[in-house]
Amino acid sequence: MLRVKDLKFHYQGGQQVLKEINFKLEDGKFLSVLGNNGAGKSTMLKCFNRIIDPEAGSISLDGEEICRMPMREAAKRMAFVAQTIPNTQMTVHDMVMLGRKPYMQWGFTENDHRIVHEAMERLGLTEMRGRFLNELSGGERQKVMLARALAQKPKLLLLDEPTSSLDLKNQYQVLQTVRDICHETGIAAIMVIHDLNLALRFCDRFLLMRDGAVFRYGDAHVIDREAIWQIYGVQGETADVRGQKIVMVD
Amino acid sequence: MNSDRLPLENNGCGGEYHKNKVKSIWILVLLGLVLAAAVLLSLWAGSYDTPVTELLRGIVNQANDPKINVVVQNVRLPRICTAVIAGAGLGVVGCVLQSILDNPLASASTLGVSQGASFGAAFAIIGLNAGAQNGGGLWISLAAFAGSMGVAAVILGLSRFSQITPESIVLAGVAISSMFTGATTLLQYFADEVELTTLTFWTFGNLGSAGWGQIRFMLLVVLLSSVYSIFHRWDFNALLAGTETAASLGIHVRRMILINMVLCCLTASAIVSHVGLINFIGLVAPHIVRRLVGNNHVYLIPGTILAGASLLLLGDLLARTVVSPVILPTGAVTSFLGAPLFLYLLFKRRKGVC
Repeated sequence: MLRVKDLKFHYQGGQQVLKEINFKLEDGKFLSVLGNNGAGKSTMLKCFNRIIDPEAGSISLDGEEICRMPMREAAKRMAFVAQTIPNTQMTVHDMVMLGRKPYMQWGFTENDHRIVHEAMERLGLTEMRGRFLNELSGGERQKVMLARALAQKPKLLLLDEPTSSLDLKNQYQVLQTVRDICHETGIAAIMVIHDLNLALRFCDRFLLMRDGAVFRYGDAHVIDREAIWQIYGVQGETADVRGQKIVMVD
Repeated sequence: MNSDRLPLENNGCGGEYHKNKVKSIWILVLLGLVLAAAVLLSLWAGSYDTPVTELLRGIVNQANDPKINVVVQNVRLPRICTAVIAGAGLGVVGCVLQSILDNPLASASTLGVSQGASFGAAFAIIGLNAGAQNGGGLWISLAAFAGSMGVAAVILGLSRFSQITPESIVLAGVAISSMFTGATTLLQYFADEVELTTLTFWTFGNLGSAGWGQIRFMLLVVLLSSVYSIFHRWDFNALLAGTETAASLGIHVRRMILINMVLCCLTASAIVSHVGLINFIGLVAPHIVRRLVGNNHVYLIPGTILAGASLLLLGDLLARTVVSPVILPTGAVTSFLGAPLFLYLLFKRRKGVC
């Protein structure tokens, strides 16, 4: 269980970016963080990821305070998938192996190799493990980064707009994989995303942010005409298409 | 929610991983053999013609002809050791800087180390008249070392005032280089002809001037930075995935950049202060190895150490033999040959390799 309590942050000399963020996320749930640019979504993710230290408040995972943990220990509990996908001449296997870095002493153990193999198998990468990243498509590379995150054996997965540079098919594949991972392994995931319909299609929880504060938090019901207007400043409708809630902007 | 699954795509080349791994290891072995061959060739080449077996005996002071013992022990072996250690050190410095600064053009001169060393040497030669004194070479080396370490101190000092980023380090390096180059030119303005000549010869780069004591010091520093880099090879790999991803893997990115920068400055200073300015080794060696084994630092760092050592040794061999008995300045030869090699790599490189 993830608990975020009274989380606050402001950049030096700047205005308050995060204002007393409070929410809880159960294991195995996939949360999307939604809001306009500048609402504080990515800053919140940076606090989770230990890139910046929150000014006040706490982030606890299964009762352990993340912010007071050594970075290496935090990396054993949380994994991060960035928006930019590396395009380097490194094999898929080696990139996934990077996920075992927080556990590494001098070299990798048999257990590390087994976990990496499982992560590649989970993402369907076993057959391409010898290929270089710069030979793969954007979708395949993002799956490699997901496998790398899984190899960290995290309790919490953080994703910063993971589909922003992918085509429609790969967007669906990547998010479907994340959702399946959450439901099957009990890992909780927090994803910053702009596409409301993708969020509605794959996520279980929704955190709507406005001006650094939580506007609404809950299941798909929190997204309605009023929320769309308050968060994005546009008129919109929600509709039900074959059992799937979708958002249409006027 | 709809749970229809889209098929995950595979491209069927699992055996390639093992093939790539074996290929990378073989390339390291091959680079080791090239270095060994370059060492033997350098030992053999020279104006004093001797059989190879005698030369090998000369290494352990057991040659039948005592002159060969003297030539090997006092001339050729120190020169070879200097080239191997300096080349390996400049290679590892280039590789680490290119990685931490995320800049394929990074090398010791990017941070201004070479320019700092030049200023230090110029100060010793012109300001302290070290070129005309007994033991002046030591003073020149010490001043060059102090000058280049001064650069590290300035960069570290600047980083205390603001957030240190790879871009800011490169820009600070450009500014500091410019400042030291200007200061060196000002010193040269007040120098006489002898001092100017001494300084010019120092900047040419000379592998023949280091004694065993200086070689031992260089070896210690190069070993320290090489072992540190090899130990942290996966930290450099993590940086390839981006600084945020590296942080999420438990790496203190800022601390890592600072430690490596200090080590690179120390290593480059130790080398440049003893052998003068040797350009392009630190820039080209990592690019050559990257083309052969890819970006995985598990292979890239040892490969760059071997390639840097081989390149400088071969460059020195060429400098000693091309117009023998005249010995050309090694720094000039490495620059002259390194630039076309770099251009070749630049235009032949595959997309996304570097």
